[in-house]
Amino acid sequence: MNPSLAVIFLTLFSGAGFGLMAVVAIVNDFAIDGGLSPLRTAILVALSLLLVTMGMISSTAHLANPKNAWRAFTRWRTSWLAREGVFAVLFYPVAIAYLGWVFFRNTTRGDGALVLANTAAVIGLITIFCQGMIYACLRTIRQWHTPLVPANFYAMGLALGMTMLATSQVLTRGPDLVLISTACALLVAAAVMKAIYYFWIGAPSGTTLQTATGFTRGKVRLLDQGHTFGTFLTHEFSNCIPAARARNFRIAVYVLGFLAPIAILIAGAHGLLRLGVLFAPLLAFIGIGIERYLFFVQAKHVINLYHGRMPGPLPQMHPALRAGAGAADTMINKTRLVPSYEKR
Amino acid sequence: MRLGLVIDLDTCVGCHACATACKEWNTSAMTAPLTDYDPYGKEPSGVWFNRIRHYEIGEYPNNKTINFPMSCMHCENAECVTVCPTGASYKRAEDGIVLVDQDKCMGCNYCSWACPYGARELDRESGTMKKCTLCVDRIYDETLPVEERQPACVLACPAHARLFGDLDDPESTTSRAVRERGGYALMPELNYNPTNHYLPPRTRPAISTSDLPRGSLARKVKEWVNRVIER
Repeated sequence: MNPSLAVIFLTLFSGAGFGLMAVVAIVNDFAIDGGLSPLRTAILVALSLLLVTMGMISSTAHLANPKNAWRAFTRWRTSWLAREGVFAVLFYPVAIAYLGWVFFRNTTRGDGALVLANTAAVIGLITIFCQGMIYACLRTIRQWHTPLVPANFYAMGLALGMTMLATSQVLTRGPDLVLISTACALLVAAAVMKAIYYFWIGAPSGTTLQTATGFTRGKVRLLDQGHTFGTFLTHEFSNCIPAARARNFRIAVYVLGFLAPIAILIAGAHGLLRLGVLFAPLLAFIGIGIERYLFFVQAKHVINLYHGRMPGPLPQMHPALRAGAGAADTMINKTRLVPSYEKR
Repeated sequence: MRLGLVIDLDTCVGCHACATACKEWNTSAMTAPLTDYDPYGKEPSGVWFNRIRHYEIGEYPNNKTINFPMSCMHCENAECVTVCPTGASYKRAEDGIVLVDQDKCMGCNYCSWACPYGARELDRESGTMKKCTLCVDRIYDETLPVEERQPACVLACPAHARLFGDLDDPESTTSRAVRERGGYALMPELNYNPTNHYLPPRTRPAISTSDLPRGSLARKVKEWVNRVIER
């Protein structure tokens, strides 16, 4: 798939924003480590709103005809994209009301605060689910059509939120073991979830060029794709990266997105870092941003079969599952618009 | 009613006449224009509703070239319509034609992600998604003679490899062809239940060469002379 920056930023920033709102609500609900001060709560909720807004604004950059964007809320009965829009918009009044309550009353206690905080958190979590389902409901893309996608979005949104919350505590109140250990636990959980995803997306897929053309008894080979230059289909769907680079990016995801933030938070817990602890959320955002890039660029739409860009006779299989059959990624590594004569 | 196309892979010669006829009609029809980018330049591209690809089936010497036209399948279970957040994509209840309302589309590309057949293409100029309309502005046009109330691709096909009809009516030409020739739908495992069907190539007995005259002396001399002259 075409890894559009607009969609990468949408899922990354709004996921982190909703995750932050959820962890703020949980920490205040149970007064974990004494709960957050009203000022800190207000700042973190404002940060959450800022992140969500950044995501929403960047998502409109993905639209070719944004003047009709307001219509995107109308088909919530069938479309996960519309549901995401509806819940993202519902999030604003509740989160802003909670922010106002905390800021003007200068307390995070009371029934009103409890109701507003948890309502905002739940709406945010539902939005993350809808965001994951936008991708998970597509049967055309094997790498997305799995319940692991919304599960990953949850794990990484909550991990990013908790990392930001723990960092803010360390910065201003000094080492805070409870929140730091929670952040580390969520980062580890997100890393494990992502590892499960990376293992499973290599599993065999049922759709091949044979079922795509109906000639299921013999070998099918593309002779000519029928156009001399690229089309919308090759532009949108035939992006891919070589297996070696994908592996390096995955290492970067784990080092930058999970290991480094955990190490920095632990160092912060021992009082070794002061402002340096800010690198924990920063690196986590960069690492999970790379993860989101991989999520898009490694997704292979079945239309690639018709262009001869996906293995036909052999199902796509993870090298670990397929003994000695070479690299799993046999898609042709070329720039996205490939003249047909180069493919002969 | 469930209008759709049946494409005969036995007779399709891969001339792209259906695609050009489609482009010609639809570039001034209901979702017009079908924008071209750099049409006379080095990197020509543009919006097309119909694309023909060419495949080799089997291995030499038991191989065959198959020309494979693909346009919107007007699926019964059209996920492109389900995922559309704006309601621009819709499937007509009366005849099953899937259309895009150009006034409502916001160009998010989501429907093209949901379509396994590559039937939807974004027009970068208008910022909207465009797709095969099954020439809805031709097939119901009562000012046209009855025999011309068919999609442009069907009328243009010189090999009569494209049939248009109601796949719900068991006695229509299309349903009959599907029944008699073993017509099939593409990627049935995805369960989109496409309306368009494809007819596989007919299996014919191989032409026997055993009854051809064995080479006489005169013929062998002729062949030798031919080879010498060729050099």
